[in-house]
Amino acid sequence: MSYDARLRVWRGDASGGDLQDFTVQVNEGEVVLDIIHRLQATQTPDLAVRWNCKAGKCGSCSAEINGRPRLMCLTRMGTFGEEEVVTVTPMRAFPVIRDLVTDVSFNYEKAAQIPPFTPRQRDADGNHRMQQVDVERSQEFRKCIECFLCQDTCHVVRDHEENKPAFAGPRFLMRIAELEMHPLDGVDRRRLAQDHFGLGMCNITKCCSEVCPEGIHITDNALIPLKERVVDRKYDPLTWLGSKIGLRPKD
Amino acid sequence: MTDLQRAFYDVLVIGAGGAGLRAAIEAAEQGARTAVVCKSLLGKAHTVMAEGGIAAAMGNVYPQDGWKVHFRDTMRGGKMLNHWRMAQLHAQEAPDRVRELEDWGALFDRTPEGLISQRDFGGHRFARLAHVGDRTGLELIRTLQQRTVALGIDVYMECTVTRLLRAHDGRMAGAFGYWRESGQFLALQAPAVVLATGGIGKSYKVTSNSWEYTGDGHSLALQAGASLVNMEFVQFHPTGMVWPPSVRGILVTESVRGDGGILKNSAGNRFMFDYIPDFFRKETAETEEEADRWYTDKTNNRRPPELLPRDEVARAINSEVKAGRGSPHGGVFLDIASRRSAEYVRKRLPSMYHQFKELAEVDITAEPMEVGPTCHYVMGGVEVDPDTESSVVPGLYAAGEVAGGMHGSNRLGGNSLSDLLVFGRRAGAAASAYARETDAAPLREDDLTDATREALAPFAREGGENPYTVQHDLQTCMNDLVGIIRTAAEVQQALDRIEELKIRAKALTVQGQRQYNPGWHLALDLPHMLRVSECIAKAALEREESRGGHTRDDFPGPDPEWAKINVICTADGEGIALKRQPLPVMPDELAAIFEEH
Ligand code: SF4
Ligand code: SF4
Ligand code: FES
Repeated sequence: MSYDARLRVWRGDASGGDLQDFTVQVNEGEVVLDIIHRLQATQTPDLAVRWNCKAGKCGSCSAEINGRPRLMCLTRMGTFGEEEVVTVTPMRAFPVIRDLVTDVSFNYEKAAQIPPFTPRQRDADGNHRMQQVDVERSQEFRKCIECFLCQDTCHVVRDHEENKPAFAGPRFLMRIAELEMHPLDGVDRRRLAQDHFGLGMCNITKCCSEVCPEGIHITDNALIPLKERVVDRKYDPLTWLGSKIGLRPKD
Repeated sequence: MTDLQRAFYDVLVIGAGGAGLRAAIEAAEQGARTAVVCKSLLGKAHTVMAEGGIAAAMGNVYPQDGWKVHFRDTMRGGKMLNHWRMAQLHAQEAPDRVRELEDWGALFDRTPEGLISQRDFGGHRFARLAHVGDRTGLELIRTLQQRTVALGIDVYMECTVTRLLRAHDGRMAGAFGYWRESGQFLALQAPAVVLATGGIGKSYKVTSNSWEYTGDGHSLALQAGASLVNMEFVQFHPTGMVWPPSVRGILVTESVRGDGGILKNSAGNRFMFDYIPDFFRKETAETEEEADRWYTDKTNNRRPPELLPRDEVARAINSEVKAGRGSPHGGVFLDIASRRSAEYVRKRLPSMYHQFKELAEVDITAEPMEVGPTCHYVMGGVEVDPDTESSVVPGLYAAGEVAGGMHGSNRLGGNSLSDLLVFGRRAGAAASAYARETDAAPLREDDLTDATREALAPFAREGGENPYTVQHDLQTCMNDLVGIIRTAAEVQQALDRIEELKIRAKALTVQGQRQYNPGWHLALDLPHMLRVSECIAKAALEREESRGGHTRDDFPGPDPEWAKINVICTADGEGIALKRQPLPVMPDELAAIFEEH
């Protein structure tokens, strides 16, 4: 049941690096992250990799496997042929720190720029009341494990470092949509989404949704509805007036 | 010390799981300059793995529920060894801690009235767990993360603390650590330090815990002069995955059973009916029919035995497997497929569905899962004052899994997330109040020099072994000899091996350089793992009875004398000293609750 797999792993740091070839034992049911760990334990103790949960729940182990953005802990070796060379490289859209570890601070900076959740008052008895149907839209987006694979994939920034200042990426445009659809939130972020976070640069190719390990319909359920709301806002004179005099009506 | 980064705070929180973030939020809201240091990126802490929910007697589903019932369930689940005051505060304050999460953006599942929905869990008399599907931990961590960012709290991500720093008079002065990314050192000065580092599971081979769970906080506290309580109590969660081997130990949430799943052996028998202990007989169903009726009518039926506290279920599974009635890969069957519709399972347990599909190629809506016990949680931890979470070291606090006392000998499911929130908040409040009244103590330069030398030592040595081998041998030793069932002879054997491992760990060699070097990081974590393993083994040898998460084959029952005793560990040179200490006595009005309910 075990076999020797051929693995090609990118090793290096900010100053450069290359793909290195390894032969590693693979057992039944193992995932790519197991093989990386076996490399660490037996051949390359200083091979840098991020991981935590090993169950697709924390979003730490993102990388590109045969060029495709994926979680290493959810990619089973059984999906490749025993003869096939499996190539593991760091996420391309972010600067490399070492080996498979990249500098994802771009994402934390974008997150910090989004105006925070601002709730309405609680009911008199101290509770908030919301119906299940109303929370479900934002709940889908809150399944996000912040693996940043969608950020890595989106062509607006993948090979365009210059777009990063003006574009928050699908993960954080979706976060704005989540707050926009949150039944308790009272802040209007639609203009910011367009002017500051680059919603207009998204041309709804859906590549982000395709790589999301949580299966979130980022484009269909977050980005497109957010675009529609931005358009509504622009043409709605009442909203426009409200924003001028400091009221923030929401639909 | 030129390449040493320095910064100054009022409150320094170590760990960014639920307890750490909740502590930091409270400290910052009370005006303290606050920083959080964490080994992973923000939002990746082990709290994300918590699936089931947050236990809080809000009474949204069963209005008869209240803090007294929750308090009673918690104490009984812990076999009465819990610190009564912690269990009381926890039960009283959990509902408010859940409600305030909604003010920070959390979106829990709802009841038809629009309130926070609550689900059933083992050991809880009423449906009590606030939840979001089966990804409640993620919701909790994301909510607290977003609140932390909104408050502008400084977060030192991917940064490991290797030592707590004390002033000449013994009080806290700060912490020393390194950036994982660059290997550069830093010294953070703060009069108040909150430990929120989680648990110790990485000392075991089969565990649900991530690499971060190396017992750092337990070990740092010991080194700083604090004491640990009840380290012999380690929770083996009854349901971890058993196959394929690479995912062995990964958690299968208790919600599967709370939502109707049952345990069966290879003969197809629902074996939990054979393992109902006298202590819980009055509240447990006697027949399958009664157990099945309970899901819809809790007033007239008693709970299914699958929902006994975790220690009971884990031991039962262990016995079935040992008796040769296990599943093909050495577990038992957990079946929800034949009991609930596929649609219900996918709706209630989406991430379990996903996990089994992706990792084991098992469709849990069509076939049973194979599960077995996995090391999940340590009940023991830093001995703290229940109201402030202060340790015996002035300025040192502990909250969450790293703190001890709250759960007694066994923790109920759902009581962890509520524990994090209740005591995280209390620790943050007490730490910021203390920092307001206390001047920062200067760091001692000789400490910083020594900490640097110690951290770099593995690079200086040549020809030693690789840290992964030592870690592997420790994990095997703890799993085999201080696991779910223990005997004096085996625990003694483990202690002998730990002494050998301590010597090997001192001679390790690390390859490569300081930048993001996991081998080096592990070499620095190993002394912590060895220290907590020694505490667990020593305490396990000392306690000659079986209770909760400590089962001695040579002392199979609970002993009324031991019911009054806590085992306390302190550092003693390179080793661990033990002492027995009387359990705090519960006031009469709380003791009366056990007669009423
Ligand atoms: S849909 Fe938009 S955000 Fe997603 S990949 Fe395409 S352009 Fe990027
Ligand atoms: S939306 Fe999906 S792909 Fe993007 S960060 Fe979240 S989980 Fe990852
Ligand atoms: S390790 Fe957590 S998602 Fe892969």
